[in-house]
Amino acid sequence: MTPFDTRGLKRRRFKDKIFTSIVWGLTFSCLLVVFIILFYIFKKGIGSINWALFTQGPKPVGELGGGISNAIVGSLMVVVVAALFAIPMGVSVGIYLADNRGKKWAERVAIAVDVLQGIPSIVIGIVIYIWIVKPVGSFSSLSGSVALAIMMLPPIIKNTEETLVLIPNTLKEASLGLGASYFKTTMKILLPTGIGGIFGGCIIGIARITGEVAPLLFTAFGNPAMVKSIFKPVDTVPKVIFAYASSPYDDWRRIAWGGSLILVVFIILLNAIIKLFERKWKVQF
Amino acid sequence: MKNRWRILENKIFVRWLSISAILTMVLLLMFFLTLLVSSWPAIKANGFSFLWSKNWDPVNSHFGMLPFLIGTLITSFLALLISAPFSIAAALFLGEFYPKGVIPNIFRNVIDLLAAIPSVVYGFWGLYTIAPLISHLQQKMHLQASGLGIFTASIVLSIMLIPYSVSLIRQVISMTPTPLKEAAYALGSTRREVITKVIIPSNISGISAGFLLSLGRALGETMAVTILIGNAPELPHSIFSPSYTMASVIANEFTEAVDEIHTGSLIEIGLLLFVVTTIINLIGRLIIKRAIA
Repeated sequence: MTPFDTRGLKRRRFKDKIFTSIVWGLTFSCLLVVFIILFYIFKKGIGSINWALFTQGPKPVGELGGGISNAIVGSLMVVVVAALFAIPMGVSVGIYLADNRGKKWAERVAIAVDVLQGIPSIVIGIVIYIWIVKPVGSFSSLSGSVALAIMMLPPIIKNTEETLVLIPNTLKEASLGLGASYFKTTMKILLPTGIGGIFGGCIIGIARITGEVAPLLFTAFGNPAMVKSIFKPVDTVPKVIFAYASSPYDDWRRIAWGGSLILVVFIILLNAIIKLFERKWKVQF
Repeated sequence: MKNRWRILENKIFVRWLSISAILTMVLLLMFFLTLLVSSWPAIKANGFSFLWSKNWDPVNSHFGMLPFLIGTLITSFLALLISAPFSIAAALFLGEFYPKGVIPNIFRNVIDLLAAIPSVVYGFWGLYTIAPLISHLQQKMHLQASGLGIFTASIVLSIMLIPYSVSLIRQVISMTPTPLKEAAYALGSTRREVITKVIIPSNISGISAGFLLSLGRALGETMAVTILIGNAPELPHSIFSPSYTMASVIANEFTEAVDEIHTGSLIEIGLLLFVVTTIINLIGRLIIKRAIA
């Protein structure tokens, strides 16, 4: 008998190897899924990308061709207005949370922000329908923007807070010591220093809402015409994809694939911008 | 004069910050109250049997949400179950095996790309890739082959959950105290033993919270599921049957509902979703914060 019984050790090593390969295998299948999905969307969508997709509105049933120009304009309109609502509000709450860390009310607000982030988007749609669409009596792009603005708030608030907390107190104290007011210190010192992170939060928010349909179903609704007023119902790109996805017409599905590709490329670009900002503008001291 | 303005300006600013923060909390409260008030007529009319009646019949004004409740629960838990091994493996890979470096960084960004694809695009993609596969499978099993149903929705939903649960669990795992791991290695443990006997047991609450938060997300997921689940308001016979979820019945019927009780019943479902996801998020965040703080 050998002084060491190596059989147990071998078995444990073998188990370890199996375990490691399972982890590798599962991780790689995650990556594979990403590529399969993106490749499929790209393959299906690239054939539908043409000039008409961007410049024409939808054609009546039965006619071939047409595009989603009205939905692209609609999406931009809804998202930009939502951002106009959400950014000032979100940054304010973020500043509040960063300056009152550890206080009871700040903790409560932080929890509220977390809960807000977890609310299903369809529920936000219902509430905004009750708040705005029902009293006014018509669907509108504005109500869709309000719903999306609420969805945008949590990432903006969190990024603003996390960025501002990283800025050293000495910077703030120097400004206050020179006689600048709290308002001036925040506006001229803290926000410009943390602009990278705050901007990143805004982009994350925009990326989160650009592909949303659920909160828009009962608010922005849909409209085949080109709309230039925020008080009218409006089509958005994801809404058109939803409407066309299970349609029996090949041509509509073709347009939906084109729309999907545009949407995915746009959101991936936004994500790339976020990563770039994180690297270049991160608060470092 | 100028000084006075500066003081006033500062006062307004400080006040506005507090107001904006309070508004966020009020917003949440208003959500709850709005849903409660708007669904009150339906809550009164439907009574408690709303929860367990399996008959959803808007024409005869009888409303029971059991089919949606069951559909939502099965779809979400199945999706969680399918995604769990992948999420844990990827989280271990990125949080423990290779926490730093260029390649894992790329991996992380690639997995994050899954979060960049909109829900409706997932649904559309699933309709043309997963649904035909499932339909093929159903044919082999001599079932009615529509390809749409709980299983199809769960598969696509599980992919959508991966980036979310991976990032949560990775954070938890990477917070394991190094001395704890080193002690285990020093005793001669293999990496598998360190992971299964130290890292996972010591982080079990954080990992569960990660899955809980993913579940909260799955429960409220609307568009992809609406496209793929088959929209049949009846109790499912098997995981291949078409079904219906709470979120998708709201999406499909809300704008078409005409009478007050029908709309109210849909809002009541929304209220239930709101309450459940709020509770899940509160518990989940609480545990996660304790785990990574």
